[in-house]
Amino acid sequence: MTATADTTALEFGKARVRKEDARLITGRTRYTDAITPPGTLHVAVVRSPLAHARITGIDTAEAKRAPGVHGVYTVSDLGADEVGMPCAWPITPDQKAPQRPVLAKDTVHFAGEGVAVVVARSAAEAKDAADLVEVDYDPLDPVLDMEAALAEGATLVHPDLGTNESATWVFDSGEAGTGGSVADAIAAAEADPDQVVVRRRFRQQRLVPAFMEPRSCVVDPTGEQIVIWSATQVPHILRTMTTVTLGIPESKLRVIAPDVGGGFGGKIGVLPEEMMTVLLARKLGRPVKWTETRSECMLTAHHGRDQIQDLTITAKKDGTITGLDVRLLADMGAYLGLVGPGVPVLGAFMFNAIYKIPAYRFQTTNVFTTKTLTDAYRGAGRPEATFGVERIIDELAVELGREPLELREQNWIKHEEFPFTTVCGLTYDSGNYEQATARAKELFDYDALRREQAERRERGDKVQLGIGISTFTEMCGLAPSRVLGSLAYGAGGWEAASIRMLATGKVEVITGASAHGQGHETAFSQIVADKLGVPFEDVEILHGDTASSPKGLDTYGSRSLVVGGIAITMAADKVIEKAKKIAAHLLEADEADIEFSAGQFTVRGTDKGKAIQEIAFAAFMAHDYPEGMEPSLDSDAVYDPENFSFPHGTHLAAMEVDTETGRVNLRHYVCVDDIGNVVNPLIAEGQVHGGLAQGIAQALFEEANYDDQGTLVNGTFVDYTLPSAADLPSFTTEIVSTPATSNPLGVKGVGEAGTIASTPAIVNGVLDAVRHLGVADIQMPTTSQRVWRAIQEAQGRSTQETPIDTHSPGAGLGSIDPNNPQGEVQ
Amino acid sequence: MIPAKFDYVRPSSVEEAVSALQQGGDDAKILAGGQSLLPVLRLRLAAPSVVIDLGGIPELRQISEDGDRIAIGAMAPHHDVLRDDLVKQHVSLLSQATATVADPQVRHRGTLGGALAHADPAGDLGAVALALDAEFVIAGSSGTRTVPAAEFFVDYFTTAIGEGEILTQVRFPKYTGWSTHYEKFNRTAQAWSMVAVAAALRVEGGSIAEARIGLTNMGTTPIRATGVEQALVGQPATADSVRAAAEHATEGTAAPSDADAAADYREHLAKVLTGRAVLAAAG
Ligand SMILES: Cc1cc2nc3c(=O)[nH]c(=O)nc-3n(C[C@H](O)[C@H](O)[C@H](O)COP(=O)(O)OP(=O)(O)OC[C@H]3O[C@@H](n4cnc5c(N)ncnc54)[C@H](O)[C@@H]3O)c2cc1C
Repeated sequence: MTATADTTALEFGKARVRKEDARLITGRTRYTDAITPPGTLHVAVVRSPLAHARITGIDTAEAKRAPGVHGVYTVSDLGADEVGMPCAWPITPDQKAPQRPVLAKDTVHFAGEGVAVVVARSAAEAKDAADLVEVDYDPLDPVLDMEAALAEGATLVHPDLGTNESATWVFDSGEAGTGGSVADAIAAAEADPDQVVVRRRFRQQRLVPAFMEPRSCVVDPTGEQIVIWSATQVPHILRTMTTVTLGIPESKLRVIAPDVGGGFGGKIGVLPEEMMTVLLARKLGRPVKWTETRSECMLTAHHGRDQIQDLTITAKKDGTITGLDVRLLADMGAYLGLVGPGVPVLGAFMFNAIYKIPAYRFQTTNVFTTKTLTDAYRGAGRPEATFGVERIIDELAVELGREPLELREQNWIKHEEFPFTTVCGLTYDSGNYEQATARAKELFDYDALRREQAERRERGDKVQLGIGISTFTEMCGLAPSRVLGSLAYGAGGWEAASIRMLATGKVEVITGASAHGQGHETAFSQIVADKLGVPFEDVEILHGDTASSPKGLDTYGSRSLVVGGIAITMAADKVIEKAKKIAAHLLEADEADIEFSAGQFTVRGTDKGKAIQEIAFAAFMAHDYPEGMEPSLDSDAVYDPENFSFPHGTHLAAMEVDTETGRVNLRHYVCVDDIGNVVNPLIAEGQVHGGLAQGIAQALFEEANYDDQGTLVNGTFVDYTLPSAADLPSFTTEIVSTPATSNPLGVKGVGEAGTIASTPAIVNGVLDAVRHLGVADIQMPTTSQRVWRAIQEAQGRSTQETPIDTHSPGAGLGSIDPNNPQGEVQ
Repeated sequence: MIPAKFDYVRPSSVEEAVSALQQGGDDAKILAGGQSLLPVLRLRLAAPSVVIDLGGIPELRQISEDGDRIAIGAMAPHHDVLRDDLVKQHVSLLSQATATVADPQVRHRGTLGGALAHADPAGDLGAVALALDAEFVIAGSSGTRTVPAAEFFVDYFTTAIGEGEILTQVRFPKYTGWSTHYEKFNRTAQAWSMVAVAAALRVEGGSIAEARIGLTNMGTTPIRATGVEQALVGQPATADSVRAAAEHATEGTAAPSDADAAADYREHLAKVLTGRAVLAAAG
């Protein structure tokens, strides 16, 4: 038991292959749907095909007679008439929050909302019987457009609320005392011939989070504790919220998030289906399982983005920005998600981005529509903000005739100005925008591409080149609890960790962060291996089960390393502290003379020492340890950060546009991200890659489309055009490190960076390619058709857009003819 | 998602398959690679009582030379067609178009016969079969009959295959030495065509002696661009003459409008892509 780590090889910074990958990639792990306690019954939800309708009758008789059926229930049958799903973020004291039922009561408010539930012996029988439930609907007008929804006389999604406006939240730097008044800045700019005012409207389309594993929940009520397995990002929050929602004491609940196949924020919610499964399991006294289909997932799992952004920026003609005004309309969908209303608010602190903006005002109005609800999706509020500001900076550059990168540099916070308190009152601890930008330009060969661009323009090439820029920052590592409190967020932002030193010197680390694909087990093991000086292989990370990890606030907002990782570091410090006392005792030395390095406790100036494993064994045996001390090295820590973490970076995209067809081709993408110190470069790069793919997808490919009846028309992967590797080039990614000063590891979050940064880089690049043809804007996704039409219109050739018949063949379902739903395919 | 209940049979000869189909009546469905049928079943857009899997009939997978034709069994997977040397040599246009179908997984399962029988106007192989005047061998209770491509595609998702019949083989004339190209335009890299153009040319002494042009997704069936063909014949394969000929590409089309492309955009694409296809084929 004297195994010691190689003192020369630190784990921190090593590009280790993830230890979880073998079980994930070979399919050896068990996701929630693969967990089937004996006697499990299966659930299928009957869902509304209509967006807005009164339910006039539900006939379950035939379904009840179907083979294998155990029961068919409405919300009343479940005794859940009074149960409302929680919203944990009242952004204003008077926020209007309709009660979201477990299953619709008398009215459905979005297509896909559950109306009844079938329980059967098998999932197939449940599905067959669900098709036999007859629901009569009295259709109501759908509410689809946010501006129309706010207009006088609009159809109300929830008539009892008297309005479709949920809340309006405002930040005004003049009123907050963190900056000047934007109204004054705009008035001054309008009156001053040496200033400009640029106004733009941008649209953040609705996106489907599209995680790989559909949602699933299994509830076993047969033990002393009710066990809930769920494909969730937030097992701890799910436990607390189940208590809040259903009144079951927290101590009677054990929640397990086994390996979870992705989330991207899409699994941050507490679901009606989860509560329904708990209710059914308790009612029937048997394990019950709900697993959604991909179609249900796309239709009913919360969506992301969906904002209309009205931005006004003012600047002096020399390029100095003097003010920024932001007005958002944010589509909440039919109800408020767990943290949905706060998503636009998270963006409030990011529209000013890396720039020194003296006057700033932000306002979001959250609106109800009869669509699927929206909530956090990778970046949550910050991609929207970054898009808005990075787009309008380019517009300002055009207006002023300035090089866009130079205009940015003129206005950004200089390296020597850190720490810098922004117009929102946040203090950015560290950053080096010059360094990231210089490196990105070099890797991109910026000047050569600008030359090529000029040549292509000159030649009138069929394929034009555009250069897209995004110099982003974000706030992540959610979050200082007091800040969250000041924003009325319904929880703190701390994270918990425990370390158990086993008798044999092996280490169990318990974290409240809940991985769903991030690689926590590897990165956290690397941190602990270095801290305690034990081999990487000797560290086990336990997570995602409230029985082993009772305390935690889970994984979202790029918080696992910068909050959870620090909690682990603090717990390790406590272990060392305790071990030092026992080492001093055993080595018969003064504690002050004990030094600890690379797993060895030594007496200063001597060759006497003991390995941490020996101390762990001594603590276990407890035959000989100091008076007044407990015989244990085990330690707990809870870390509440003082500040957010502020990664940043410079992203550059070379976009080719075929002006004949409108086809957009991403030729080359370079990003240099400053994410502070890096625990595992391989994992960090993986996060950047995936993040880029998602952000680029918003710019070029994805959009959840509703028709005028409020039906999601592209709810399959055939027509919701998610890009694959074949649609994307090899990225050039690099990391530079300006260590964070706000935490002892010097780390910053990386999970959302790529998504936040890349979208505006792509759109700016597309526009840069065709701006000389007279094109001023193209909505996302910038499909070939949109680009082609924009060019035609800019050239004065109005195109006669044929009304789109979304139900024609080839309209997405590809091989399926929606005109012929009986599927008479020959 | 879970399909509705169905019976499953796996005959080992065409005769058995035909009789199973006849027994199954209206409600029976043929299963080839399942790449189109299974999504339909899983989304419950169809609920056949019996599914007849042709996977147990090895001869339907064969690709062979038969005099002046290349005969491809209906069950030959896209992957086999794509790799086959006879096809490469004599029907290169089919190889090129097949290479653009979906992704490797789908190409290993999906079949030439399944794709053509399915007759999705956005599918890539119909325009090739039409442009090259392929023949379709169809088996029924009273033996086999042969249908020319010009009569095979009837409407969208509708072909000349009658009730109780099975497509067994597709026979392509040899176009040895022809210059060919399939120009496909789609929304994501591995998807059906928004518009595509299949072009085969016989070039003699620098000018186009014969031209065969097929259009994908410009109507309810694949469409033969005869106007373009006529305009090309006798012309040199230069950018100007080809572009002028390509202006005829929308003649006789009825382009659909959908979320990816409205009809006017498709019409524009058809002309641009026809020009590109012909120029690329001509090299
Ligand atoms: C993700 C994805 C992407 C795709 N992309 C493309 C693409 O880019 N281009 C393209 O062209 N296609 C594409 N396809 C479709 C693909 O080519 C399918 O393989 C093809 O449409 C159907 O072939 P199959 O063998 O799978 O037939 P199946 O799905 O088994 O059958 C399809 C239909 O044809 C009938 N049928 C099949 N064989 C016969 C027969 N011998 N006689 C009579 N009836 C028969 C069946 O009853 C059924 O109605 C894609 C499919 C997928 C899943």
